[in-house]
Amino acid sequence: MEFTLKTFIFYGFALMTVASALIVVTVRNIVHAAFSLMVTLFGVAGLYVFLQADFLAATQVIVYVGGILVLILFGVMMTSERFDMPIQVKGHIERGQLFLGGVIALALLMLLLTVIANTPAWKNLTDDGTELPPTTARIGELILNGQFLLPFEVVSVLLLVALIGAALISRKEVRD
Amino acid sequence: MLIDYLPILLLGLFAVLFAGINLALTHILGPKRPNRVKLSVYESGVRPVGDARQRFTIRFDLVAMLFIIFDIEVVFLYPWAVVFKKFSETSGLFILIEMLVFIGILLLGYIYAWKKGGLTWD
Repeated sequence: MEFTLKTFIFYGFALMTVASALIVVTVRNIVHAAFSLMVTLFGVAGLYVFLQADFLAATQVIVYVGGILVLILFGVMMTSERFDMPIQVKGHIERGQLFLGGVIALALLMLLLTVIANTPAWKNLTDDGTELPPTTARIGELILNGQFLLPFEVVSVLLLVALIGAALISRKEVRD
Repeated sequence: MLIDYLPILLLGLFAVLFAGINLALTHILGPKRPNRVKLSVYESGVRPVGDARQRFTIRFDLVAMLFIIFDIEVVFLYPWAVVFKKFSETSGLFILIEMLVFIGILLLGYIYAWKKGGLTWD
């Protein structure tokens, strides 16, 4: 495998994703974990760019880094009295729990590896430099030329429902 | 296509390095002679009361949820904006109205949250 700048940057993003993901699960401070998750999500967005999924990459940054992560931090700040306290496990963990958790995690890993190994399209896949057309413009065209216009407008109704639901639940006490 | 992302990567790298180098330099070069007054919490000259790390009021939850919903709206604005120029030559007004309908429906919810008192403090 030739080691170009492209592969170098790719491994940079891969390392960034995996290393920060490891920090997320090992660090004791939940706020530190959330900020490390930000690095993970940015890394995944970079990997999407390498997969030529530009819309997915933009969405990853807008929704996950911009939205979900802020929501996680909001959740932490609003629920715990001392959000910078280290995570503690109350009581002790049973041996059986550790065993079961390990078995399930291992089974999941095996399942994912099997799927990866058995997907025909991924076998002997080399980067031949083929460039696919940008996905964002294609999605925009499909919405605007009428094919997915109705689902597009229905999405706004769905968001409207969520918006009204949020306002109704959290502000019930004001008017009553 | 991948080369088009190089400016974004460079911008990100520059931002991280700029912040990181500045933080590191002040840490290394800055003299540290702490005393009790210097280490005390300063907030507009008022004596600090209690702990800064308190639970945030649950009233912010509506702000957070409004933010998420309009965040998702932006995801749909993005592909629309990318192809707007191409479509504007043939059916510009039509696709403008399409997006105005989309935003208009969400605006109804925004007005509802506003009238419900979601944007005022009390």
